[in-house]
Amino acid sequence: MNFDLSEEQRLLQDGVDRLLREELPAPRLREAFDGDAAFDATLWNRLCEQGACGLHLPEALGGAGLELLELALVAERLGYAAAPVPFWGHALAGLAIDLGGSEAQKRRWLPRLAAGDVLTSVAWAETDSRWQPEQWSLPPGPSLSGVKEFVPAGREADLLLVGLAGGELALVETADGGVAAEPVEAIDRTRRLDRVRFEAARADPLPAGAAVSSRVRDAGLVLLAADAFGGASRCLELAVDYAQTREQFGVTIAHFQAVKHQLANLAVEVEPARSLFWYAAHVFDRRPAEAPASAALAKAHLCDVFVHAARETVEVHGGFGYTWECDVQFWLKRAVFDRAVLGDPDLHRARTAELLDWGSG
Amino acid sequence: MDLGYGPEHEAFRAEVREFLESEWGRDGAPAEPERERRESEFRRKATGRGYLNRGVPRRYGGSEQTPDVLRAQIIREEFGRARAPLEVPGAGMMMVVPTLLECGAEWQKEHFIPPTVAGEYRWAQGYSEPGAGSDLASLKTRAERVGDEWTIHGQKIWTSYAREADYFFMLVRTEPDAPKHAGISYLLVPADQPGIEIQPLKQITGESQFNQVFFDGARTPADWIVGERGQGWQVSRTTLRHERGHIGGADRSLQLWNSLMRLAGRSRCGDSPALDDPRIRDLMVQVLGYLRAQEYSGFTLLTRAARGQEAGLLETTSKLQYSRIAALISKLALQLIGDSSLLAPGLQPERGDERWLNQFMGSLGMAIAGGTSNIQRNLVAERGLGLPRDAPVRGEPSAAE
Repeated sequence: MNFDLSEEQRLLQDGVDRLLREELPAPRLREAFDGDAAFDATLWNRLCEQGACGLHLPEALGGAGLELLELALVAERLGYAAAPVPFWGHALAGLAIDLGGSEAQKRRWLPRLAAGDVLTSVAWAETDSRWQPEQWSLPPGPSLSGVKEFVPAGREADLLLVGLAGGELALVETADGGVAAEPVEAIDRTRRLDRVRFEAARADPLPAGAAVSSRVRDAGLVLLAADAFGGASRCLELAVDYAQTREQFGVTIAHFQAVKHQLANLAVEVEPARSLFWYAAHVFDRRPAEAPASAALAKAHLCDVFVHAARETVEVHGGFGYTWECDVQFWLKRAVFDRAVLGDPDLHRARTAELLDWGSG
Repeated sequence: MDLGYGPEHEAFRAEVREFLESEWGRDGAPAEPERERRESEFRRKATGRGYLNRGVPRRYGGSEQTPDVLRAQIIREEFGRARAPLEVPGAGMMMVVPTLLECGAEWQKEHFIPPTVAGEYRWAQGYSEPGAGSDLASLKTRAERVGDEWTIHGQKIWTSYAREADYFFMLVRTEPDAPKHAGISYLLVPADQPGIEIQPLKQITGESQFNQVFFDGARTPADWIVGERGQGWQVSRTTLRHERGHIGGADRSLQLWNSLMRLAGRSRCGDSPALDDPRIRDLMVQVLGYLRAQEYSGFTLLTRAARGQEAGLLETTSKLQYSRIAALISKLALQLIGDSSLLAPGLQPERGDERWLNQFMGSLGMAIAGGTSNIQRNLVAERGLGLPRDAPVRGEPSAAE
């Protein structure tokens, strides 16, 4: 029995933390949040140089040959830092190519993807919250037309992994033409989104796309759950720090039982929930039969926890918490993103029950 | 990560299973009066094999095993699966034995531990008083040294199984002039004597497990004190630790969840099975999220305990997690049993779905016993998050101490 991180896994997280401390001091994050750029390119390049973007890709193709757990541990730290980088879509597109691509597609894309020379993203959502492979409706074929919503870094991506009817997946190079991305005024300014319109765009299908899209979705759920845990744990930390600094009635507000109990309740909500994303990532790597339900449960639970944690943390900050100037808003908005992207908690709870075969079906 | 137990521990699991198969069987416990004899015989054998009473030295009737949290977990799992009895239930094994092992005099260990392990001595806890609940150290029951004896006057309350007990272990004030916490001693007291009057209290469920106990010149020998005079507070802390650890376990949450799943599996919402109802499914998966979080966190606690590492904040949250899960489950159960919730649950074994009302009420008991949820929140805040003590009670030790 070993349900804890290994020394290597801890070092991996420490390395990411160190980089984030160097490259993302509070003013830099503020700048990224208020600025026009889709993400912090310097930070993203350094993350890629450090190998964080190709952890899960084969060593022979420039990756580190690790698994989803390691990727999720990075996602956790990015969530903790509210890092303005296009990690999620890039990591998922890489996973999809590795699992469902042809040898030629893998050789062509994965080394450049692992190095960060090419930016990829996933174009999955359609109107009315249709994020799931079972719900995709764009017709497959060599020429692709239709609209995808809420594509992370859609304007900046060199390569898009597009979800198609029947759960098929195809690669579209944005430089080939027929791809028009327009920015969405999105709530989470640390992860910008675009609407992407395809008009007779050249599409290169993944041969095993339909066979792997569900598994890639599950990985996406685990990474969002990991980001949500990282964000929620940061909220708890911010709330605790603020309570120990802010003085009223001659003492720090951390002395008041109302505040202490609010923070204790938050700790009880947040701290044990880490195990849900650990477990979901671990079974994704080692017990695939358990992965779909565990991923759905982790996503549903942790995204609710993150929204709750962010709201409580704003409240602990009082009037200051309600200002644009207060950094807590980064996580409040990040929580809203994590909650909605790839389907909301209600949907994934319903999926969990279904995947566990409850009821008469 | 590796959720397996490894070959050595899996071999141990196989050995435990084989033992259970041959010594306990599959039918669970027989009915009374056969049950008690069968259980104590089984416990003797299981202790002989090193499965029970592992932390108790052999000379006191235990099996004196090298600490191994994985083996302990395997034993809990396998005994649970076979519905075989673990150690003798009650405050004796959970509180008195660990306390005596840590703080007791040699003669006390020899005298009290073996019969407690064997289930021959039953114990009741004399801690809370009408005026001393969460603020336990303000207790007023006093003991005076008269010749070779302590003479005790005062009142204890919420004393579970006092009428069945052979002995009390209790906190009393022996140094009235000392500061609050320094004036308390830990005494062992024979229950069957004229100076003790026990009145049952009827609980919210209608049962009477707990009592109030009046001490009016009750006596106990001078050397039945555990630790020194005035050290009772520190001595008692060892036992509370044990009780918290026990209450916090994920095993009970899982058992409760399994019962709920069985209930949901045979309940209906309108014309369709309850488990087909989208609302019920949603609520149940919400509970499942908390349940799995506690279960998987338990794997981490186990991993760290096996390596002798601390788990920090996570350790302090266990009881509140369990209390929440039990409360959520009770709410769902009420929904599932429908109008059966209008029936008095009664205490007979043949009762129907309304027995879930006992869990509904019992979950409140769990949130109060062994440190109320608000006291637990102080503990999480102070010990887990490093927040300061409450402002209005300066000069008092914090919940974390």
